[in-house]
Amino acid sequence: MCARAASQVPGNPEERAGNGGSRNGPPSPERRRLATALLGTGLISTIVSFFYPVARYLIPVMQEESMTAVTAAKISDLKLNSGRIFKFGSRPGLLVRTSGGTWKAFLAVCPHLNCTVQYRSETQQIWCACHNGTFDLNGQVISGPPPKPLEEFEVNVRGDEVIVSRSRRA
Amino acid sequence: METSGGLRRWFEERFDFAPLREFLDHKVVPVHSATPLYYLGGITLFLFFIQECTGLLLLLYYRPTPDEAFESVKYISTRVPFGWLIRSIHSWSANLMVFTAFLHMFSTYFLRAYRKPRELTWMTGVVLLGLVLCFGFSGYLLPWNTLAFFATKVGTEVAGSMPGIGHYLLLVLRGGEEVTGATLTRFFAFHVAILPAALLLFLGLHLLLIQQLGMSMPLKVERELEQRGEKPRVLRFFPNFFLRELMAWYAGLAVLGVLAALYPWDLGTRADPFASAPAGIRPEWYFLAQFQTLKMIPGSVLGLNGELLGVFAFSAAGLFWFVVPLLDRPSRESRYSIVFPAIGVFAVAYLVTFSILGYVK
Repeated sequence: MCARAASQVPGNPEERAGNGGSRNGPPSPERRRLATALLGTGLISTIVSFFYPVARYLIPVMQEESMTAVTAAKISDLKLNSGRIFKFGSRPGLLVRTSGGTWKAFLAVCPHLNCTVQYRSETQQIWCACHNGTFDLNGQVISGPPPKPLEEFEVNVRGDEVIVSRSRRA
Repeated sequence: METSGGLRRWFEERFDFAPLREFLDHKVVPVHSATPLYYLGGITLFLFFIQECTGLLLLLYYRPTPDEAFESVKYISTRVPFGWLIRSIHSWSANLMVFTAFLHMFSTYFLRAYRKPRELTWMTGVVLLGLVLCFGFSGYLLPWNTLAFFATKVGTEVAGSMPGIGHYLLLVLRGGEEVTGATLTRFFAFHVAILPAALLLFLGLHLLLIQQLGMSMPLKVERELEQRGEKPRVLRFFPNFFLRELMAWYAGLAVLGVLAALYPWDLGTRADPFASAPAGIRPEWYFLAQFQTLKMIPGSVLGLNGELLGVFAFSAAGLFWFVVPLLDRPSRESRYSIVFPAIGVFAVAYLVTFSILGYVK
């Protein structure tokens, strides 16, 4: 019927039949499937091309931290059996001078949920106030929910300065 | 000069109010012993309006950078005329809104108002409650004080411990590995732009569904009426119920005014990213139960990471709560079952007990 319609009006491209169907009749299933596939692919590509840059945009640019050593304090800053927080790059560190005079340093970030820990001179332990986790002076968990020990730093004393660096063991 | 009648005609010639009038004429509210619980959703909505208004006012002075955030909130509270009141109302209203949203949710739960055909109303409501909690969490950081700083550290770390997408989520929330100025900027964007847009969308859907389906009747009342072959007693929504609701809003406003004026919201101390978490630190009351749970779960449970187990349990409970209308088959078939009310009682008992424990310990 389509072919006949085309032969009846040979000069009118509006009514000329195409492959698999006419402008007036329903398109063939093959053409419909092709159109659906093309439209679907186009739509998915559009969605991906929209969401991928957004997803990447949401992740911040990470700046590599090359922090290896820092002067955490002067010897005179800390009495025996005391501790203080110092900056280790963008993260807090904890420097402890034990009652025996030994220097200890840790990353002051609790491995449980990221709170900043502190030194408690009365118990001579390291304590996280957020969820009540306690650590000994080797950074090992004594009680509470922390799943692993504190990361320990290496401490060297040069003259009056206490230098803290990433431990070779870590 | 046009008279009010003339003005009305002027509008009516340009906009057809007839369908709206028709709708209001026929909208009714069932009357039974639990009818007062219907006010809770409206009061929550009212408190949200207050949040919008006071939030817009706070925006005029607030500056979302680590150097200026705390100082600008301090300036609002101490120098701007009535700034302390606006901020105090914003903080109190936020807390009351969370409280009334919880009451609304549990009243809906115990009346089994989520049963067919109102499953979607319930689900949009659960999403709204989630958004309200996100509002609370993001707004909490904005004054950049010590408590908020550590609450954000813990909260984002919890999100970050989710399997699979956790680290991505942590980076998106914090704007980096640590809680910094980038986190403040992002939380500000969430609080004043992204969350309000999402909330308005879901609020629109929630209200549309309520208007379309009408108010639910408690299962027990519905069955009693069916047995007696009676029709429910109803109250016209407009103006009868509407005016009563206005009175409830007015009472809510009075409570809010008294709390804001007599107990101005504390600002605390400025956050120092290089200070230890202070003793006695705890989150806002509506996160206390989760906080206490995470505190009590050991680092390792049967070889599994305790923190991960806690996060998994919270996620599973949230999912269960979201799909409860699909699981509660007896209610769907208008039958009474003890299981789901018992789960509700357990949920309330858990939240109350662990919140109290988190507060006192």
